[in-house]
Amino acid sequence: VPPVHALHWDVVLILLPLAGAMLAFLFPRAGKRLALAIAVATTAVAFALARVLIDDGVQLHQVGGWAAPLGIALRTDGLSMLMLLMTAVVGLGLSFYALVWFRDEPDRGERFWPLWLLLWTALNALFLSADLFNLYVTLELLGLSAVGLAAVAGGPAAYGAAMRYLLVSLLGSMLYLLGIALLYHLCGSVDIALVAQRLSPSPAAWMALALIVTGLLLKTALFPLHFWLPPAHANAGAPVSAVLSGLVVKATFYLLLRLWLELFDSFTPQLDTLLGLLGAAAVLWGSLQALRQSRLKMLIAYSTVAQLGYLFLAFPLAAAGVNAWHGALYLVLSHAPAKAAMFLAAGNLRRHAGHDRIAELDLVAQRLPLSVAAFALAGMTVMGLPPSGGFIAKWWLLEAALGQGMWLWALVLVLGGLMSAAYVFKVVGFAFTRARGEHTACAVPLSMQWVALLLALGSVLLGLIVWPPLALLAVGDPLGLTGAGP
Amino acid sequence: MSLNQALPLLVLASSLLPGLLIFTLPEERHLTRSVLNLAGALIKLALVMWMLWGVYNQQIYEARLPFIPGLELVFRVGPLALFFVILSSGLWLFTTVYAIGYLEGSPNRSRFFGFFSLCVTSTVGLAMAGSLFTFLLFYEMLTLTTYPLVVHRGSEAARRAGRSYLAYTVSGGALLLVGAVWLYSLTGTLEFVPRGFVAGLDASQRPALVAIFVLLIAGLGVKAALVPLHGWLPRAMVAPAPVSALLHAVAVVKAGAFGIVRVVYEVYGVEFTSELGVAYPLAGLAAVTILYGSLRALFQDDLKRRLAFSTVSQVSYVTLGVAIVGPIATIGGLVHLVHQGVMKITLFFCAGNMAETLGVHKVSEMNGIGRRMPWTMAAFTVAAFGMIGLPPLAGFVSKWYLSVGALEAGQDWVVLLLVLSSLLNAAYFLPILHVAWFRQPDGPWPQERDFGPRETAWTLLLPPLVTAAVTVAIGLFAVAPFTPLEWAKLISTREFGSP
Repeated sequence: VPPVHALHWDVVLILLPLAGAMLAFLFPRAGKRLALAIAVATTAVAFALARVLIDDGVQLHQVGGWAAPLGIALRTDGLSMLMLLMTAVVGLGLSFYALVWFRDEPDRGERFWPLWLLLWTALNALFLSADLFNLYVTLELLGLSAVGLAAVAGGPAAYGAAMRYLLVSLLGSMLYLLGIALLYHLCGSVDIALVAQRLSPSPAAWMALALIVTGLLLKTALFPLHFWLPPAHANAGAPVSAVLSGLVVKATFYLLLRLWLELFDSFTPQLDTLLGLLGAAAVLWGSLQALRQSRLKMLIAYSTVAQLGYLFLAFPLAAAGVNAWHGALYLVLSHAPAKAAMFLAAGNLRRHAGHDRIAELDLVAQRLPLSVAAFALAGMTVMGLPPSGGFIAKWWLLEAALGQGMWLWALVLVLGGLMSAAYVFKVVGFAFTRARGEHTACAVPLSMQWVALLLALGSVLLGLIVWPPLALLAVGDPLGLTGAGP
Repeated sequence: MSLNQALPLLVLASSLLPGLLIFTLPEERHLTRSVLNLAGALIKLALVMWMLWGVYNQQIYEARLPFIPGLELVFRVGPLALFFVILSSGLWLFTTVYAIGYLEGSPNRSRFFGFFSLCVTSTVGLAMAGSLFTFLLFYEMLTLTTYPLVVHRGSEAARRAGRSYLAYTVSGGALLLVGAVWLYSLTGTLEFVPRGFVAGLDASQRPALVAIFVLLIAGLGVKAALVPLHGWLPRAMVAPAPVSALLHAVAVVKAGAFGIVRVVYEVYGVEFTSELGVAYPLAGLAAVTILYGSLRALFQDDLKRRLAFSTVSQVSYVTLGVAIVGPIATIGGLVHLVHQGVMKITLFFCAGNMAETLGVHKVSEMNGIGRRMPWTMAAFTVAAFGMIGLPPLAGFVSKWYLSVGALEAGQDWVVLLLVLSSLLNAAYFLPILHVAWFRQPDGPWPQERDFGPRETAWTLLLPPLVTAAVTVAIGLFAVAPFTPLEWAKLISTREFGSP
């Protein structure tokens, strides 16, 4: 019998933002205040759920009291809890930022709030779902709301990018759905735990694996399937770019990791290596492209491509032990606030100067010190330099690589770090210099600067306080460390 | 946590907190900023003196903070750590006074002093680090916090210098990181231990240990400006004078040299280092650096660049002393860590005074400057003589111990090297002294500022005079208690177990 609580925080975590989205859609004028209240409440609920998790362990909840094969199951373990908290903290910051960002363009704001809360709903539902079909539904909801958000900025560039994003997203979900259909055919269930029990290697299972992995890689923008990401992320407004780069791609990676650990882990070692190679290519190619960009937001978007590559290096490295998964997950965790902070800081710089051409940044280290500090501090996670969550992640990945004598992966980690230092400091360097010619300079609200800085500090803090996230992650043993499996 | 455990953390906080507070200060709060700076520097010095007395009486101050599974943040203050801590916190005080005068009226001072304090925090942190892991964290932080000071002026030249500085130091940090992780995967520990902790490994690991040694030394050699990794140092001279004085002549380069001392003595152990056959190449590299830096210094007309190449050369005395593998040479190398710092900071203070007061940046503009700025040039002269190694100044003591130590270790070539180096030192310093004291001024100075009856502001004059006096004192009274020499002997017997 699963533990019963007076209030099912997991259900609240899905219903609250969903209700908020609907209300914000119905009452657009009250949208932003309502959305902010919902954001605060959702964050509080996420922490309440974490509290329950620490006290009582894994939470399993059959919605409506229907058991697994028929009903909908929600499951919270340490891994999903970390993702929920990451979403809550970054989401709260973004909500505050968006409040100020859309002050001058209320009609865009009216479109933003319902979509953003819907996306938050989708993220929470995705992290909580314990069955493959529900995961498909959340994935579709996530994709559609993300595409909608990407189009909020308006203009041909944003619409073009959003259209491409839509097609990619639909293709990805479709591949995933085909894979699920095959699994259902094989196992007669879509509950992850049941499928895990019944699944055995066979050509059909292989096919399902290939479809699901391809679909999710497309959505996670792993090289060479990353082509859609930079334009979609760079042409959106700052808060939207932050959501897309900080949270949305992490959700599909989470899903991939989850299915990998629970269903496909024993299937094949060759696929590990393939994913690692693609990840390595993403690190190098993404960093190189970032270095070549002249526009700040494109640079940050390519940096996301590179950082996602690091996550896939964990697949070949994980064979020997736990460090590699810890490294990848810690990067997921610290990259979210860091990348959000970078995009928000870029938004501030753009609002200040009216453009985001890197070489024409004009003494911004003096004029917007908080935003430049936010960019630089977030950059520490991207570069993997201490003190930052990115450094911890890199230490673990490097330890896994060198401990097994896998020099290729270590080399990729080091080269990626050096290249990211080059592109981060390219921006920071120009922040100190004066631009040629005259430039307009608009004031940027202090609140927008502080949100960026606080998120960046969050990623630094993760590099100083490592034990609590690790302890939370261990709840329910989602990485299968003790041998008992998830 | 007892007070003895808290002391290292307090020492860190005494520059970290003022630094963070200073960032928030508006530009015009000149007085508050100066008070915060000086209070931080004085408190740090007082705490350090307290620890000095404790360490002298066999106390070891240690703080451990849990960090990630298997690795703790370890701060341990023994004689060696304290040696570097005293150097950096003492010189921080003088440099703070100097910088307050130097930057008067210039923009972005809150940013400058904020990062300056963070740099000092990083330096002191890596000095007190009780493990290679902790050392690495602060080593990287030092890289990051110095960058804004290098590009402080915001000119195109400063940006380029900053880029080159980072290209070198971030790459060096990456090598150090790989070396440290690799070592950790073999040993499962990174804590510094007297006489090292790797000697017990299986003989089959020897090639890996040599490779790790190369990685670690290359990573540290970037900051220690070992040839061919020295290229950033002359270029970083675009930074304001206090930065060149404290950071690029003392803190950053010494961080590298200090790291080499730690790796040779407390990671590998000096006997094992020579057993592995890596001590000779290291000594050779140091020798090449010593000669190359001096030769390049000969041909620099820009005063700060000449001093920078001189730093390249002189810092390698420390590495040389370590790599000779002998107790007396070790003392010579260690003592030079402090001696070179005190002398070189004096030279940079004086160079800054000339640039700030008269707009003089080049040796060729220095004709007759001794009459216009007698006190500044007097301090410069003392420090330059010290660098050349004239008795009874500080530099002589270092060179004496290095020579005797080399002879004792049977490495006679080092004496020849030191003689050659001293001749080169004389060749690039004496012409400066000649033109400054014995030539007539060419005409009006490039950019003269008026300071009334004094030759320059007292905040600019006092620090070099004090450090020049220290140069004389630590040479003249080298065998009195608590001088750098005596402390180096203490380190040698207590931490390295030499006779």
